[in-house]
Amino acid sequence: MEPLSNRRKQVEKKEMTFAERAYLPAIAQGLGITLKHFFKKKATVQYPEQTRERSDVWRGLHVLKRDDTGAERCTACGLCAVACPAEAITMTAGERKAGEEHLYREEKYAVTYEVNMLRCIFCGLCEEACPKAAIFLQDDKLAPARFERDEFIYGKDRLVEPLKTTETK
Amino acid sequence: MESVDLLYKGIYILVIFGITLLIATYSTYFERKIAAFIQDRVGPNRAGPAGLLQPLADAGKLFFKEDFIPAKSNKALFVIGPGIAMLVATMSSAVIPFGDMLIVGGREIFLQAIEVNIGVLYVFGVVSLGVYGLMIGGWASNNKFSLLGAIRAASQNISYELAMGLSLIAVLMLTGSLSLREIAAQQAGFNWNIWYQPLGFVIFLVCAFAETNRTPFDLPESEAELIGGYHTEYGSMKLGMYLFAEYINIFVASAVMATLYFGAYNFPFMENLREAISDPVLANNVVTMVGVGVMFAKIFLFIFFFMWVRWTLPRFRYDQLMKLGWQILIPLAILNIILTGGGILLKEYLF
Repeated sequence: MEPLSNRRKQVEKKEMTFAERAYLPAIAQGLGITLKHFFKKKATVQYPEQTRERSDVWRGLHVLKRDDTGAERCTACGLCAVACPAEAITMTAGERKAGEEHLYREEKYAVTYEVNMLRCIFCGLCEEACPKAAIFLQDDKLAPARFERDEFIYGKDRLVEPLKTTETK
Repeated sequence: MESVDLLYKGIYILVIFGITLLIATYSTYFERKIAAFIQDRVGPNRAGPAGLLQPLADAGKLFFKEDFIPAKSNKALFVIGPGIAMLVATMSSAVIPFGDMLIVGGREIFLQAIEVNIGVLYVFGVVSLGVYGLMIGGWASNNKFSLLGAIRAASQNISYELAMGLSLIAVLMLTGSLSLREIAAQQAGFNWNIWYQPLGFVIFLVCAFAETNRTPFDLPESEAELIGGYHTEYGSMKLGMYLFAEYINIFVASAVMATLYFGAYNFPFMENLREAISDPVLANNVVTMVGVGVMFAKIFLFIFFFMWVRWTLPRFRYDQLMKLGWQILIPLAILNIILTGGGILLKEYLF
């Protein structure tokens, strides 16, 4: 048959030499390889004490940001929920009352905002969709393992960035 | 025998027994550590500093697990199986000379539990009894995988005992004695048997791997084919006993190899050390104590080698195992005997 490419190679089964049949040289070679690995640097990361260094663009746990004055940036437009390919985000919108200007930046705000961490694929599309720069995936936090399924639904209590209680300047 | 001697023997036997158990316990730890290091991991390091309490944690776990006996098994034999394995394993270290002679208060103390003039035969006899433990346990489990494992263990041990015995005969031809103390004493200084018996040592080493059911010959307990072989049905401390017996067997095999081929407690320049100290009693004791250290260093090296090989080589196929034993090792061992005999005759003819 005409070869399809010039990479075809005729293989042949060679007769084993005495050294190969004796098996012991091959064992010595194998022992050498394992001994080399014995003294190699270990690949293990001692997880709870050490964490592996993450890339700058790592997409970890979500955070709902506040603005400079401490008011929530989110205006509950729902673009993140639309952008989300895993349909992990749900929210209900509410109207800001008089006297709550220091809490919410826009006149409309998210009363509830939930991210289901079991559905979330951490793609970061919500971050890209957000027109108010309100949601971000942090590069230093993970969604940790939990025992109950409901505990994976993160509400505003766990998503909103904590208020800076003391002025740090 | 005087009562002081009897007391000393009792204490010595207990000490050796304790050391044997300690080494077997920590073999499990080092097995895991060595496995991890070879695979670029760190191994157990949570229980105690560097994981040194891991064997205690394992033993605690094994003791508190449910002691399960299968309903259709032969209950008495099921319990006796691991007992025999353990008993036989601990018995065999009795004749091994871990050191030469100490002089304490004008009394000569030999660092060997029992001196018998057939020490080698004793070790071989007792070690080959160990297969009864596996056989009985495997049969009593009333499980086809256990039975297959037990049958494999029995036929493998019988096959390799032949080659092992034949390779040993060459050593006995050189030394002219069956007493392990005598064999050890003849290898004084650096005059070790390995220089005269390299081929015999390789055969003996391969057979020792097969006798102790270690990889590459761990077919009786191959988990991929036999779900654990003869100890499939065992759990709790009965399983622990089997594993323990295996590690004790490794220790004994290492000790026997060190004694037969690597000069037991002898080390190079031991006579120079003896002459360097003026007081003869002190000199003897110092040399003996260093010798004990050297003996254990050799044993640990062999134990390390057993583990090193385990994490390097894959398992043999059963027909390959049988072919290696009967068609390669036994003819080689016979050839070794002929060569050794020729060498001895040549030496007599020339000198």
